Amino acid sequence: MGKIDVYPTTAWSAGTGCHGGCGQNLFVEDGRLVKVEGNEDHPWNQGRSCPRALAMTQYVYHEDRITQPQIRVGERGEGKFEPISWDEALDICEERMGKIRDEHGAESVIFVQGTGRDIGGPITFLAYSYGSPNWVQLGLSGHSCYTPRLGAMKTTLGEFAVADCSQFLEKRYEDPEWEAPEYIIVWGQNPPNTCPDGFYGPWIVDCMQRGSKIISVDPRNTWMSTRAEYHLQIRPGTDGALALGMLNIIIEEEIYDKDFVEKWVDGFDAIKERAAEYPVDKVAAITEIPAADIQAAARAYANAKQAAIQWGVPIDMCPDGTAVAHAISCLWTVTGNIDIPGGQVIAKPAFGVTAYPFSSEELIELYGKDLITRMNEKRIGADVYPMYKHFRGWASPDVTIEQIETGDPYPIKGAWIQTANVIGGQAARAKFHYDAMKKLDFVAIVDLFHNPTTMALADIILPAATFPEKNSFRSWWTPMDSIKKRVQVGECRSDWEINFELAKRFNPEGLQRWATVIDYFDERMEPSGMTFEDLEAKGGWAMSPEGPGRPYRRYEKGHLRADGKPGFNTPSGKVEIYNKSFEEWGMDPLPFYTEPPQSEASTPDLFKKYPLVMITGARSNLFFHSEHRQIPWLREKEPDPTVEIHPDTAKEYNIYDGEWVHLENDMGHIKRKAVISLKVKPNHVQTLHGWFKPEAEGAEPNLFNVWDYQVNQIIPGPQASKSGFGGGQYKTTLVRLAKITEGGA
Amino acid sequence: MAKYGILIDTDFCTGCHTCEVACQQEHDYPVGLNGIKVTEYEYKLANGKVKIDCIPFLTDLCDLCMGRQADGERPSCVKHCQTACMYFGLTSDLAIEAASRPRAVLYTHTPK
Repeated sequence: MGKIDVYPTTAWSAGTGCHGGCGQNLFVEDGRLVKVEGNEDHPWNQGRSCPRALAMTQYVYHEDRITQPQIRVGERGEGKFEPISWDEALDICEERMGKIRDEHGAESVIFVQGTGRDIGGPITFLAYSYGSPNWVQLGLSGHSCYTPRLGAMKTTLGEFAVADCSQFLEKRYEDPEWEAPEYIIVWGQNPPNTCPDGFYGPWIVDCMQRGSKIISVDPRNTWMSTRAEYHLQIRPGTDGALALGMLNIIIEEEIYDKDFVEKWVDGFDAIKERAAEYPVDKVAAITEIPAADIQAAARAYANAKQAAIQWGVPIDMCPDGTAVAHAISCLWTVTGNIDIPGGQVIAKPAFGVTAYPFSSEELIELYGKDLITRMNEKRIGADVYPMYKHFRGWASPDVTIEQIETGDPYPIKGAWIQTANVIGGQAARAKFHYDAMKKLDFVAIVDLFHNPTTMALADIILPAATFPEKNSFRSWWTPMDSIKKRVQVGECRSDWEINFELAKRFNPEGLQRWATVIDYFDERMEPSGMTFEDLEAKGGWAMSPEGPGRPYRRYEKGHLRADGKPGFNTPSGKVEIYNKSFEEWGMDPLPFYTEPPQSEASTPDLFKKYPLVMITGARSNLFFHSEHRQIPWLREKEPDPTVEIHPDTAKEYNIYDGEWVHLENDMGHIKRKAVISLKVKPNHVQTLHGWFKPEAEGAEPNLFNVWDYQVNQIIPGPQASKSGFGGGQYKTTLVRLAKITEGGA
Repeated sequence: MAKYGILIDTDFCTGCHTCEVACQQEHDYPVGLNGIKVTEYEYKLANGKVKIDCIPFLTDLCDLCMGRQADGERPSCVKHCQTACMYFGLTSDLAIEAASRPRAVLYTHTPK
């Protein structure tokens, strides 16, 4: 037994799989990771950890990990791959992608990622070096994950904002400037089970322990909602009506912050008029929440000295998710809760360093206005949806998948897919995506394990590294973290290293000034005045100093605008709740409500046939989306894909606890194990997404049993909102239950 | 008898499974063995509302992380608890701590 060395690092993506941010200590013995523990010296998690981080040794050294580049040798889907060298694999990518670029243009290769993790930085770097504007979360209809919320915030506030749990202060809860929110509206999220979008879920529980009261907006009964002072048990997809209804109460009863509105808000009268279209009785009828509860919650939030909203992905997945996010952001604006302790604190990448671009501004800063403007010309969906043209840099997933089929206005020939299991994960109407993507000439996939997507589509597979195996940096809000490589597994390489090397082949002149990927990190980190190694030497993390990156009340201090004047970073200097950008882009400048595309009201005939609203996407601490089913310590605790069914509904369908059942609609059916539970209302069922069985046969037609379990194959799509962002129908699809009679699961 | 114990503030256990995997990693237990097991309870209140509570249970496999104690470290489950609702110490101290909380469970525990 050798000496064990302990190295602090930061978890981000592969391994834990998540949006990251936790300080973790790596215990390394003879070059092998033997244990992972939470780092007490990191302000993010303060020594705590999660099941996925603590099971890292089982992930890193799993016998099924892909540890060498592979080339497909049989037909697509046959599951026949052979190992090749990195040089050979990259040569093939260069040649095949180069050929597509020569014959059809660089835009004919799409660059696909999954949810917002550590891939956004390296994949945009590669896509733009290659010359393609088409960076896309393929299959995630309407990019219904945070981008709608980001777009609504950036265009009204000029910034992004998050619930203030002291996360931007070094001393955290001990900082004398910080106060716990009196109320936190936890809107469409289950924080103990998830660390979304640069936010550590347990912070909400920390605040509860320090006195914060909860207003829960959740169709289900959860640990958190059953501890809430007000639980608004909302009908899925109607969040926009609730937000406008609460806004109306707050304005009508004049319990908004008049001083703040007077001084810092633009468009209040217009919002007041729009909100008046949502009187509480109407909203109660739409949302199925008692009027008195809506009123009480609105009053509690508005009357609090400071209150915060922590919101989740269901908002993006509402029809017109951008408008719903806009409506909710009006709540924190009119109550003056912006950038105050315990309110909605402005969130900026630490030191202004971009790891993962969240806005067009950041893309321009990194790649120059010329390139980004040029990219807009051919970016898929930019001519169809206003927000794709004007905000961030995505190609539309909804238009992309159609364009693969039609070749109009230009053909899509290749895909670079990086740690995204599109077929087994995010793709709504998954079989449609499977069929379309089969037609691509060339597919390269970077991943850690085989999954339905690698099996069905990959021509070349490049093995990626987990966080203990790689160098990287993270600045998803604050602090900025360094991630330093401490172990090597097989021939795995970091996403940054893979993309950097291939990018150099596609753009040798443009990239010649960086010899190594660390040189490139150093340049990206320049605004901080630190190099990668400087940050490592400081312990691997650093908070932004007083100035634009540190709370509070930056709009009063002149920290938000380029001209250094007080005010917000908008043309008027105020929070433009009458959204002039939306108006300019041909969208409604005011928030509005849209009924879900499938419901008793919008599709009464379909509702008769399929009377249950299926909610998907609840989070498990054990799995990140479609990952981790092969990790023994995790899978043991949740071995099967389940569906929650209310006891009354179970009785009606004659279903007993533990029985395998079908969830079905006109699109098909999937298998689930019944859990009879009071967590759901009688007219709802809830099931987790991302299920396939890594232990099952991978070759087609089986694909790890994905077609038995992939819930997204019975969710309609493409289904983007009018703005292009939001609207994926992941929370509001109508289904019914059916007993499995013969040959069940 | 039982010198040391673990106190759990049951108002704040969310059932996240962190303590379970922390224990398995620390002791290198295979699937099926664990020094701590979490159970979730869902039940109705008199007013018809639903309540969801979670509570960990220390099994006979729990050794209070004797090895860690020797290094001055807390048991792995206590250290990693996502909501910091677990406390390790002398049972006499923890009994006083327990009394200051609305709802808590104090496990006295003697490693086998």
